Parts: sequence; C-alpha cells; structure tokens
Amino acid sequence: MTTHAPLAIEVTGLEKSFGDTHAVAGVDLAVPEGSIYGVLGPNGAGKTTVIRMLATLIPPDAGTARVLGHDIRTEGDAVRSLVSLTGQLASVDEELTGRENLILLGRLLGLSRSASRTRADELLEAFGISEAAARLVKHYSGGMRRRLDIAASIVVTPRLMFLDEPTTGLDPRSRGQVWEIARALQAGGTTILLCTQYLEEADQLADGIAVIDRGKVIAEGTPGQLKASVGTGGLKVRLLDPGQRGDAAGILERAVGAVVLDADPAALSVSSADASRAADGVSALARAGLGIAEFSLGQPSLDEVFLALTGHLAEERDATLEEQSS
Amino acid sequence: MSTATPVTAGADTAAVRQAIATTARPPRPGPLSTALTFGWRGMLKVKHVPEQLLDVTVTPVMFLLMFTYLFGGAIAGSTSAYLDYTLPGLLVMSVLFTTVYSGVSLNTDLTKGVVDRFRSLPIWRPAPLLGSLLGDSVRYVIAGTVIIVVGVALGYRPDAGVTGALGALALVVVFSFGLSWVFSVLGLLLRSPNAVMNAGFMGIFPLTFLSNVFVDPATLPGPLEAFVNVNPISILATACRSLMDGTPDGEAITTSLVVAAALAAIFLPITTRLYRSR
Ligand SMILES: Nc1ncnc2c1ncn2[C@@H]1O[C@H](COP(=O)(O)OP(=O)(O)O)[C@@H](O)[C@H]1O
Ligand SMILES: [Mg+2]
Repeated sequence: MTTHAPLAIEVTGLEKSFGDTHAVAGVDLAVPEGSIYGVLGPNGAGKTTVIRMLATLIPPDAGTARVLGHDIRTEGDAVRSLVSLTGQLASVDEELTGRENLILLGRLLGLSRSASRTRADELLEAFGISEAAARLVKHYSGGMRRRLDIAASIVVTPRLMFLDEPTTGLDPRSRGQVWEIARALQAGGTTILLCTQYLEEADQLADGIAVIDRGKVIAEGTPGQLKASVGTGGLKVRLLDPGQRGDAAGILERAVGAVVLDADPAALSVSSADASRAADGVSALARAGLGIAEFSLGQPSLDEVFLALTGHLAEERDATLEEQSS
Repeated sequence: MSTATPVTAGADTAAVRQAIATTARPPRPGPLSTALTFGWRGMLKVKHVPEQLLDVTVTPVMFLLMFTYLFGGAIAGSTSAYLDYTLPGLLVMSVLFTTVYSGVSLNTDLTKGVVDRFRSLPIWRPAPLLGSLLGDSVRYVIAGTVIIVVGVALGYRPDAGVTGALGALALVVVFSFGLSWVFSVLGLLLRSPNAVMNAGFMGIFPLTFLSNVFVDPATLPGPLEAFVNVNPISILATACRSLMDGTPDGEAITTSLVVAAALAAIFLPITTRLYRSR
C-alpha cells in the first residue's frame, strides 16, 4: 500500500493457542490510521481471537502488538481508553432497555448523569432506535440490536473500533445500514478493524484486506488486488438438465476459463472471467442448444477466493462443512 | 439507503456523523462511582425481572408454612413455639439461597457478549463484580424482609422488636456478601447458568438441613450433632436467634462475621483472577 499514515495497529508474529488448537498461528498486520481494514476469513479462522487479543481481553502467547502506539501487554489501560469493541455476540445487556444500556456506558466512561442521558437520547435518535428505547434489548430484532451495539461503542467516540462480523445473520437492508454507519464512523476519523466472512462486505468497506485462514494471513492487499487475483467476477450457470453439465463445462472451459462444478448437480461456475468473456460463454452455451435455467455474474465468493489463493482449501472446507451438517 | 431513507427506517447517516463529531472524552470516573454504576445495573435487572425474586422467596415461605404447620407441633409441642424457634433460621435460609443467584447471573453475563464489552472498557477492573454485589444486596434484603413479614403475619413476635429483626437481617446480609463469592467462583468455572444453579443448591440445600435451622441438634445422634454444631449456617442461625430474642450471642455473631470475612478473603481474589482471564 502506498499510504504513509501512521499505523493504528501494528502486529508481528501474534500467536494464541487453546489447548491443541492454534487459533492464531503467527499473524502480522499493519493497519493505517483512519482506514477500514478487513480481516476476511471463514468460521474458525481466528478472527475473533485476534480481536480479543488486540482489545486486551486475552493475552497473546507470543508476538507483539501495538494499538495506537501502545503495547497491548504492558499498556492495556491506555489501549482500553482509546478503543471500542463491538463483539461477535451482541455486546449489549439484553436484560436492560436500549436506553439504559447507553446510559450505563456513558456513566462508566465518565459522563455525568444528565450528560449520559442526553447522549443516550442523541444516539438512539441517530441510530433509529428511539421508538424501542424503553424496550428490553432481548426483544430487539437482529438489526436493531446491532445498531444499538455500535451506538454503545461510540458513546464516547473511540479512535479505533473493532467490529466483529457486524452483519452476520442480518437481512440485506439492515446490512446496508450497518455499512452506512461504518462509513460514517470512518468519515469521522475512527479507524475500524472489521472482521468478516463476506468478501462483498470487505469489498464494500475496506481499504485494505488480510485474508486469514487457520490462524495465518494467506493474502493481503486492497480489495482490487485481491479480486484481480481471483477474477473480477464469477459466472454462475444453472442448467435445465443436469445431464448436460459435462457438455456445458467443456464449452465454458474453452470460451472462458477453469470451471468449478457446484454441489448443485445442475450448476457450474467459472471463477475467472471478465464480463464480456462471461457473456460470450453464455451465448456459446445457447448456440450449442443447452437449456439455461438461470445465470448470474457476481462477486467471487469467499470459497472462490480461497480456491484461487490456495488451490486446495475449498475441498477441505467442504469436507468440514459436511461434518458440521451431519 | 440513500438520502431518501425515512427517519424511522433505521440509522440516519447525517445524524450518526453528527453524533460522532460531538464527543470529547470525559475524565475517567473513580472506582467507587464505577462500582455504584454497576450496582445500578443490578437493580435495574431486579426491576425488569421481578420474577427472579419469586424464585428465591417462594421456596422459603413454602418451607415456613410446611414446617410450622406440618411438623411444628411434633417438633416443638406447638406451632407457635416452633415458629419462634425456626423463623430466624428460615431468615438465614431464605437469604443464603439468594446468594446462589449471584453466581447464576454472573454466569449468564458470561454466556453473552456484554462481559467482553465491560472488560474492554477503561474502568477499574473489579468494579463489575463489586457493583453486582451491591445490586444483589437489594435481593438479599427483599428475600429476608419477605420471610420476616410472613412470620409476623403468622404470629411471630421477636422479643427484641424491630431492632432485633433489623440486626438479624443485617448480619445475614453481611454473611451473604462473603458467601456469594463462593458462588461467583462457581459461576466463572461452570458452563451454564443451570449448572451453577444445580451445583449451588446441591451445596447449600444439605448444609441448610444439616444445621439447627429446623431442629434442635440436641435431639440428633452424636456425630451428626457434632457436625451440625460446627456448621457455619447453624452458628449464623444461632446468632440471628439471639439478636431477635434480644440476648445477643457475641461469640456466634463474631464467628459468623469471621467466617464471612474468610470466605471473601479466599474467594474474592479467585473470582477477580478468573473474571480477568476468561
Ligand atoms: N476460548 C476458547 N477456547 C477454546 N478454543 C477456542 C476459544 N476461542 C476460540 N477457540 C478456537 O480457536 C479457533 C479460532 O476461533 P475464532 O477466533 O473464534 O475464529 P473466527 O472468529 O474466525 O470464527 C477455533 O477453532 C475455535 O474453536
Ligand atoms: Mg469470530
């Protein structure tokens, strides 16, 4: 990256194990101040563990990390006074109302009683939760809870914010709102470390991305660089007749590039294609008389990123997914 | 998601920007103020879920009615004589049962993400624990008051009047401060709130029955009597009886306080260490 901004997060050789699990196995990160930095990886990659160490919740086994210039091991208190954590589990108190949650945090951060009430009402209004202010958080929808969670993180504006999978489980509209909020925070000067499982989310928000798997950074770059290494978009095709998939694969292979057969027996995708070549591929299928149920041109999925980056991880991940579902 | 987004639909981006811009970091609050804020949180929880008080008051009231009217005559000759004997003990039982919930609510917190938030704040680190104890004390006082009021309604009259009853209540609450750290440790070690509840009652239930709360230990076989006599719950019940009867038993009161202090001295540091590293 060409930026010369001072670093908000500087991590070298960070490690953490739980028993035999090497949750974080040597991570290096350099996050420029003022940026949104995406840590992208599948479930169990070690994202949350990295955040928990950087937020001084758990000590690392090895490595060094400085957050806004402060060593996380020896200057924990200084780190805590500059950062906010929006955890993967909603980090708000479900047994209190939304307003009480924000007042509680205001008081804990040193606002006077009246100032914390004013601040709570201001945030409730800004985040569109005024109407639910007096309701217990356990009755909130996922999107409302997430917005409250983020509001709770900016009762006093932090210099750095950890956002751990802020949109997992949210509907597209709530997801868009959370993205808007993240952009507004960045515009206000807050650096954000964003953990996510969605390439689209990292692409939407992040200035830089580290792809992490099994506790290691396996790729790093801007969203553009990352996508270029994968292809600008994936063409997905579903055929009317699964029996024709072999023929279709041959045609797409010639017209576009390497073909991936999906779990769906009628579907296949090409992970390396630009839009016009993808269009050629679709018309080649049509000319050959193969019936197409649907096709789409989209962002590469995390699976495709993994496949492109490592070649073999995708299969192993499928295997673990099967284990989980059985 | 554009500027046309109605205000009610979700976050208002312009207002969010505004809200971010307006804050300066206030000076950090002191330890006491922080602990009191957590105490306030504990009280809000009691306010929102008053049913949790039902759990801990209904059982002792049930025991009070059952023992007084079913066994009272057989044990003490008459129900009113038995009520005089057992009420201070039931006060002890009622409040001590409540302390199990300190561990349960701590464990509930841990299964949610909110503890991570507290631990990431620049606050005095034992504050959440000490503060929730303040909130818990409200529960202790309510549980104790309910038993005394029901007892009075059934005809119990403490010789030392209101002062004696208040003295006994205060002693039990102070003892509970010490005991609750034991359950806090359980709350930090066990996996689910239910496990804490079960383990807690598995301990406190037999200990309460193997005390002088319900029966005079003189009637028990030798080894059992010896155990009952050294059981801290017996000593606490004796101390409460003496306070309510207007004949304060200095030794029992002192022993109760020493036991409470010892429990706190052992289990409070363990609790803070576990809380920090979880
Ligand atoms: N407290 C813990 N105790 C034991 N194992 C853990 C703990 N936290 C995380 N792990 C394990 O460490 C690995 C990384 O987990 P995590 O950091 O939560 O990944 P992610 O957030 O990327 O999904 C996983 O295998 C997980 O099971
Ligand atoms: Mg995670």
